[in-house]
Amino acid sequence: MSLVARHLEEAGLPTVVVGSARDIVEECGVSRFVFTDFPLGNPAGKPGDVDMQTTITGMALDLLEGAWQPRTTTQTPFVWDAESNDDWRRHFMKVDESNRTALAAAGDQRRAAQADAKADGAGRG
Amino acid sequence: MADDRRTHRSHVSYIDKSRGYYGAQGYPQAYQWAYHHAVPFAALEKPLAECRIGLVTTSFFERKVDKGAVAGSGTKEPYAALCDDALGGLYNKDLFWDKDNTHTDDLDSYLPINRLREFAAQGRIGSLADRFYGVPTDYSHRRTSRRDAPQILEFAQQDELDAVVLVPL
Repeated sequence: MSLVARHLEEAGLPTVVVGSARDIVEECGVSRFVFTDFPLGNPAGKPGDVDMQTTITGMALDLLEGAWQPRTTTQTPFVWDAESNDDWRRHFMKVDESNRTALAAAGDQRRAAQADAKADGAGRG
Repeated sequence: MADDRRTHRSHVSYIDKSRGYYGAQGYPQAYQWAYHHAVPFAALEKPLAECRIGLVTTSFFERKVDKGAVAGSGTKEPYAALCDDALGGLYNKDLFWDKDNTHTDDLDSYLPINRLREFAAQGRIGSLADRFYGVPTDYSHRRTSRRDAPQILEFAQQDELDAVVLVPL
C-alpha cells in the first residue's frame, strides 16, 4: 500500500496513509502518515466509536493540508487498552517456548499442502 | 498513562515480529521489506474544501476473493467500486489483522466512507469520490509497483481526484 502511495505522489497526487504498522510504512517511506497504535485491523478507529473515527479521519485531512515535507508522521492520541496495552502487542505473532513446536509443525504442514497443490496442478496440465 | 521506562520501543515492529514468526515455521529466508531513503512529496493544489478525495483499501469484495488462495499469491487484481456497494462491509479475513483482539465488522474502522461523507457535508472537504479502490496485499514489490500502483493512479485520474487517503489493514 505504501508503494501505491509513493506512485501517486510521484505523479503529483497528494496522499496520506492511515495505518497501524508503523515500521513497515516508515521504512517504505511515504509523504504523510497517520499512525494509530492499535492492533492491526482498525487504523481508522475502534469499531462503533464514531467520535474516534471522526478524529482520526480529521487528522488525515489535517495532514493533507498541513504537511510541508515528506515523511511527516502524526500519531493519534488513542490507546487500545489503557489497563494492559502491552498484552495485544506481546500476543500478536508470538514465538516462545509455549508454541515453538506447534509453529514448526504448522510450517511443515503448510509446505506439504503447497507441494501437493503444485503436484495436483501439474497433473491437471 | 504513567511515564515508563523500556528496553524496547513500545510500538510493535511487524518487520521484526514476522521475521521471527516465519523463521519459527521453518522459513529461513526473511522477507525483504520495501525500503526507500528518498520519498516523493506532492502538495495540495487547492483548498481542501474544494478537493475531491478518494479512498484506497486492502480489502476485497467477498464474491471476488478466492478463499483457497494463499495471501499475497498474486491472484487478486486491483479494482474500483462504488462506495455505496461497500457499505455492507468488505471481505478481509484473509489478511493479517489481529483476529484475537479485534474485528472488522464496522467498515468505518478501516475504510471511513461515512466519516468522509460527513466531512463533505460539513464543507471540510469538497466531496468523497463515488468510487473507492482496492489494492491487494502482495509480497511482490514488482506486481505492486508495476501493475497495481499504475492501475490505482489510472482510476484516480478517471475520477479526477485531488488527494487520496490510503488505509491498509
